[in-house]
Amino acid sequence: MREEAKVKVRNLTKSFGELLVLDDISFDIKKGDFVCIVGPTGCGKTTFLNLLVKLIEPTSGEILIDGEPADPKKHNMAFVFQEPSAYPWLTVEENIQYGLKIKKMPKNVIAERTEEILDVLGLRDVRKTYPHQLSASLEQRVVIGRAFALHPDLLLMDEPYAQMDIKMRYYLEDQVIKLWQRTGSTVLFITHNIEEAIYLSEKCLILSNKPTTVKEEKTIDLPRPRDIALPEFIALREYVTNQIKWW
Amino acid sequence: MKLKKKNQIKYFLLSVLGLAAFFGIWELSVRLGWVSDRTLSAPSAVIETLIRKLTDAKPDGSTLPQHFWQSLKLALSSFLVAVVVGVPLGWVMGYYKVADRLLTPLFEILRPIPPIAWIPIVILTMGIGMRAKIFIIFLAAFVPCVINSYLGIRLTDPVKINVAKTFGASPFKIFTTVCIPSSLNMVFTGVRLSLNSSWTTLVAAEMLASSRGLGYMIQLGRTLIRPDIIIVGMITIGITGALLNKLLALLEKKIAPWRYRDEA
Repeated sequence: MREEAKVKVRNLTKSFGELLVLDDISFDIKKGDFVCIVGPTGCGKTTFLNLLVKLIEPTSGEILIDGEPADPKKHNMAFVFQEPSAYPWLTVEENIQYGLKIKKMPKNVIAERTEEILDVLGLRDVRKTYPHQLSASLEQRVVIGRAFALHPDLLLMDEPYAQMDIKMRYYLEDQVIKLWQRTGSTVLFITHNIEEAIYLSEKCLILSNKPTTVKEEKTIDLPRPRDIALPEFIALREYVTNQIKWW
Repeated sequence: MKLKKKNQIKYFLLSVLGLAAFFGIWELSVRLGWVSDRTLSAPSAVIETLIRKLTDAKPDGSTLPQHFWQSLKLALSSFLVAVVVGVPLGWVMGYYKVADRLLTPLFEILRPIPPIAWIPIVILTMGIGMRAKIFIIFLAAFVPCVINSYLGIRLTDPVKINVAKTFGASPFKIFTTVCIPSSLNMVFTGVRLSLNSSWTTLVAAEMLASSRGLGYMIQLGRTLIRPDIIIVGMITIGITGALLNKLLALLEKKIAPWRYRDEA
């Protein structure tokens, strides 16, 4: 039995004037997959994500979710941005409920999901506080919780840990895995940290330099929880590192 | 903790010292005849007048509380109208391009006209009643409300808008759940400026024929060459303005608690 792809990207091309940023990108993502996108800096990773959620329109090509053109109004999508994006005027729990309320979910679902996220992310004690009272990493956890609360069909994460120190990163990576396994969401995670990509993903999309194409799709079939010191892990990491070298 | 308390006392004493020095020098300069008491009254004389004016209607026809109440009514009602009209207008102009293009040019032309310059035309069209005065103060208070609400919307962090967009929020939902809350910082600044303007334009508005009010009292003090009455009026305006500002700050804290850190 062939598994139907959740997300299909077909011949996606984007140019800004003369500058061709993305050149004919096509790939599929299975339902419930965790895909990491790695590539050299400045290769248009963020442009790519913005296209996926329709923040910008592609020059040509299309993105299908469940066979229909991607549309935030129709599909459950969520985006975790690089920049801090918790709503300062909402408490932690109100932040988590934001997407659910936009989607007009029933009250009992909202309550249930809120408790679930607060539990998994250990935010129960701070549920009534405002983001500015939290540390940067706690705030980022709220943002991640807000995204997962929707049980999104497609969750996009754009280097969400770029500003974190190593310890916090490991911790949050594990939490994302936990939430992903629990909610069955399809996750597309952008990072320039290859170790992070190998640690998290089921599949790595390696992008080339501009104009960007998919150079290779690499399946990461290591057992979880993963050990970054395992020889297989290191071998994969080195392989992917070599693939994104452009010199 | 002890050190903090000590510092607090020190700073409090400094504030008292500043005020005391100011009034001391003032008192001396009148007592020693540096300044004629026909043009400036000493603080002691002002306080005397202030206490007397609490109950005495002479020489200007009303007691201080009557003047005060009249002015407060006038300033606050104009201020409220300005906030109720100005803030939503600024929001809409800031968010909707059509409203922006339609109204901003007009607003830009009207904005630099000082409220006092409106007085002659207002007298011709509206007469000299309460309505005319409210309108003058309204004009002064209206401008900062509009500008700040407008800017507040414009300065909304695009990332926060994008979060809502990817959740599939409609433009109107983004307006109400992201742009308006994020504008409140600026709105409050505008409202505070607006309260100040309405209070400071009061005297000008009460120059239109009036028979009561702090502005009227000050004007009459000049005619009667009674600097003590003028200064009583000025001080009342000053203290009330400061108190209203404090009151507004408390209200802000209630409406926008996220802006304030817990004093831990």
